[in-house]
Amino acid sequence: MIENWKTIPAFHPTFDLGRCDYENGCTICVHECSFGEISLTPVKGTGGAVHYRPWANLSACNACQRCVKMCPHTAIHIVSHPMVSSHGYWTAEKMGNIWRQARSAGGVLLVGTGATGPQRRYFDHLMFDACQVTNPSIDPLREPMEIRRYLGRKPLGVGEPVGPQLKLEVPIMFGAMSFGAVNLRVQEAEALAARAVGTFWNTGEGGFHEKLRQYGGNTIVQVASGRFGVSEDYLNAAAAVEIKIGQGAKPGIGGHLPGEKVSEAVSRTRMIPMGTDALSPAPHHDIYSIEDLRQLIYAIKESTEYRVPVSVKIAAVHNVAPIVSGIARAGADLIAIDGFRGGTGATPLQIRQNTGIPIELAVASADQRLREEGIRDTVTLIASGGIQCSSDVLKAICLGADAVYVASPVLVSLGCGMCQRCFSGKCAYGITTNRPGLAERIDVDEAAEALKNLLHAWGEEIKELMGSMGISAIEALRSNRDRLRAVGLNEEELRVLGIKHAGA
Amino acid sequence: MCGIVGIINTDRRLIDGGLIREAIRIQRDRGNGLGGGFAVYGCYPEHRNDYAFHIMYEGDRNSPAIQSAETYLKQRMLIVRSEEIPVYPHDRLPRGPYFRRYFLRPIEEYMQPHQSEEGYVVETVMALNKMPDVFVVSSGKNMGVFKGMGFPEDIADYFRIEDYRGYLWTAHNRFPTNTPGWWGGAHPFTILDKAVVHNGEITSYGTNVRWLEMFGYFCLLKTDTEVISYIYDKLTRQDGLSTKDACYIMAPSLWEEIDREKSVTKRTLRQIYGSAIVNGPFGIVLTHDGGAIILNDRNKLRPVVCARKDNTYYASSEECSIRLLSARVDDIWSPRGGEPVIVDLQEEATGEGRRKK
Repeated sequence: MIENWKTIPAFHPTFDLGRCDYENGCTICVHECSFGEISLTPVKGTGGAVHYRPWANLSACNACQRCVKMCPHTAIHIVSHPMVSSHGYWTAEKMGNIWRQARSAGGVLLVGTGATGPQRRYFDHLMFDACQVTNPSIDPLREPMEIRRYLGRKPLGVGEPVGPQLKLEVPIMFGAMSFGAVNLRVQEAEALAARAVGTFWNTGEGGFHEKLRQYGGNTIVQVASGRFGVSEDYLNAAAAVEIKIGQGAKPGIGGHLPGEKVSEAVSRTRMIPMGTDALSPAPHHDIYSIEDLRQLIYAIKESTEYRVPVSVKIAAVHNVAPIVSGIARAGADLIAIDGFRGGTGATPLQIRQNTGIPIELAVASADQRLREEGIRDTVTLIASGGIQCSSDVLKAICLGADAVYVASPVLVSLGCGMCQRCFSGKCAYGITTNRPGLAERIDVDEAAEALKNLLHAWGEEIKELMGSMGISAIEALRSNRDRLRAVGLNEEELRVLGIKHAGA
Repeated sequence: MCGIVGIINTDRRLIDGGLIREAIRIQRDRGNGLGGGFAVYGCYPEHRNDYAFHIMYEGDRNSPAIQSAETYLKQRMLIVRSEEIPVYPHDRLPRGPYFRRYFLRPIEEYMQPHQSEEGYVVETVMALNKMPDVFVVSSGKNMGVFKGMGFPEDIADYFRIEDYRGYLWTAHNRFPTNTPGWWGGAHPFTILDKAVVHNGEITSYGTNVRWLEMFGYFCLLKTDTEVISYIYDKLTRQDGLSTKDACYIMAPSLWEEIDREKSVTKRTLRQIYGSAIVNGPFGIVLTHDGGAIILNDRNKLRPVVCARKDNTYYASSEECSIRLLSARVDDIWSPRGGEPVIVDLQEEATGEGRRKK
């Protein structure tokens, strides 16, 4: 009967017992694995002594690599389970999903992080230009190289005042990750790093914890459909307010923080009862049209006395260009577009893998549309969703973004191995969990240092890239599609991206 | 690499074109024979209030483009005078396209309500440039541009520029690196009374062009010179900014300096006009009916030398041209990167970083 089927794990750890120190009682891997994959099994040693060696349960490994990284003897590596499908079309993964659903009570498959599908990563097809002979490249070690950005509404010419601005010393901000999805230590590390470097972090939709309000000057607070933690104080405690309409990992659907993750602190910050599920509805119940969005934008501006810019975040969807234009005209100062690769703590697998469009195409078409309407500079465009390195940041800027949000790189900086089990509350790195014993794995100061290092390193790389292109001020690269060429894209892709093919 | 020379007499004393021909000729190594040209101000005093259009037609005097351009012009402007631009072909140049000049007055009734006269003229120029085989070489009042494919001294002889007299001259010797050489692509590039000669290759081209397109400027030539002229025109004519502010926007101070000076104006201008920043190496002489601006990129990646002798100012890619024009100048200096030298007719030059030799 199907009840007797073995669950087929995709991965499991293997132990090199020649290196393993089990004979001296080392059990680090057992304690480090938060998913319960590793247990101990007795073996007879020399002289008949009984030792306990680590043992893979073949039931729960997600390849997060925590045991690998923590083993002091480098005795562990993770392997894929050798289950193969004889059928070219029905892969082990596709069958495995069906088995899981057939055996559960008809459940929706949940995953964390961003889409993993085979869709083209356009960033990899874009190549930068560089100076040779006819103009000199600029050495960032010898010449000033400016990567500062001011985000916010600007008039089309002098006369009208400049709206409230966010000053970024690097064109990179930390994308929204809510308290509840990640723990307070992660948020505090983000806040510390943002303040030290001169950029911003985003609270996500889970409220703004009292302890972090001291970092308000480097904080963007979110107003999402669940309105968690939103109050007049909340809006006025930050440098900018972001209305979250959607996110790339789950366009068009709401959020769900399971009651088990709603601890006392989460409950207080979100302003909901402890232990209740925190449900964000799919649409905002007061936004059914662009006119409604305008009302909310201005309600927030009134509440904050026009001191802070208001951002609107949307998922990159098919019609992104006219939507962005509508949002700009509705009064938003910043528009964040989140591509389908954007991460999340929890999303239905089918939505994550099949909804939305790539950020490269979305930002290019949005920038183009705003230009055709002559309103590009009235609004700031922030690109996010799938940015993996500093060259992605600069390519997004060349395609038309003013700055980017990154969130998955934040998690990876803190150890994350992209195991996609964020929603389980068992994160072995202590990132997406509030569970005592796990959350403490994040040391706030160390984590903040890691994030500072990341921003600094990417900033330096961006300066190198700019120097090679003969650019000394990053605003001279925004929408500078001339400095990109494509390798291996078709004519329609080139048209949407607004760039030429290499050699042309 | 290109060579540029500018001569500006602030008393509006007329100088004939023979002098600048010599000044640019000795910078021959800075060009490669694929473009040379001259701009002259004060050359049509008898028509000082009419827009002087120099129009280039591909083909000869029978080109069908002439009729279509003139039909369009008549719908918008009163043609006060229309004539061939005399040329004197010689064996150092291939035969060029056909040139005519028109003295024009906008017909007010045809203008859009609230449209400025200059806006109307720019619109006319843009429309003409979109017609096949038609290219407006210059369109300002009491000024004109003569340019073509060849070394500048050969172009000078082709048009006999020594027959023209003006109080402000610029010359350009082209070494094209990006766009193929053709008669219309030579410098100076102009719009209305503004003309630019430029040495450099700007790296912000894509950003600048896409910004200009929002305001109805279409860069058909794909040259840096065109872009710089349009940026200047947009900033000064459309937005009413001063010459100094326009220069600042194109080559702004570092954020660090702006922070230190706590200058709100500087910060605001850079915030609003970030897309008009001109990056990459350039040295330009931008002329207009009130004077000239000499500007270098912020990093001073191209040579520009300035000098003054009495009421005549000189700007050049190389000092030799200035010494040839006036061996004993009163003042000669190399302007600092990003700091404009602004010469107003009948006024003193400004510009920091001057240094006596």
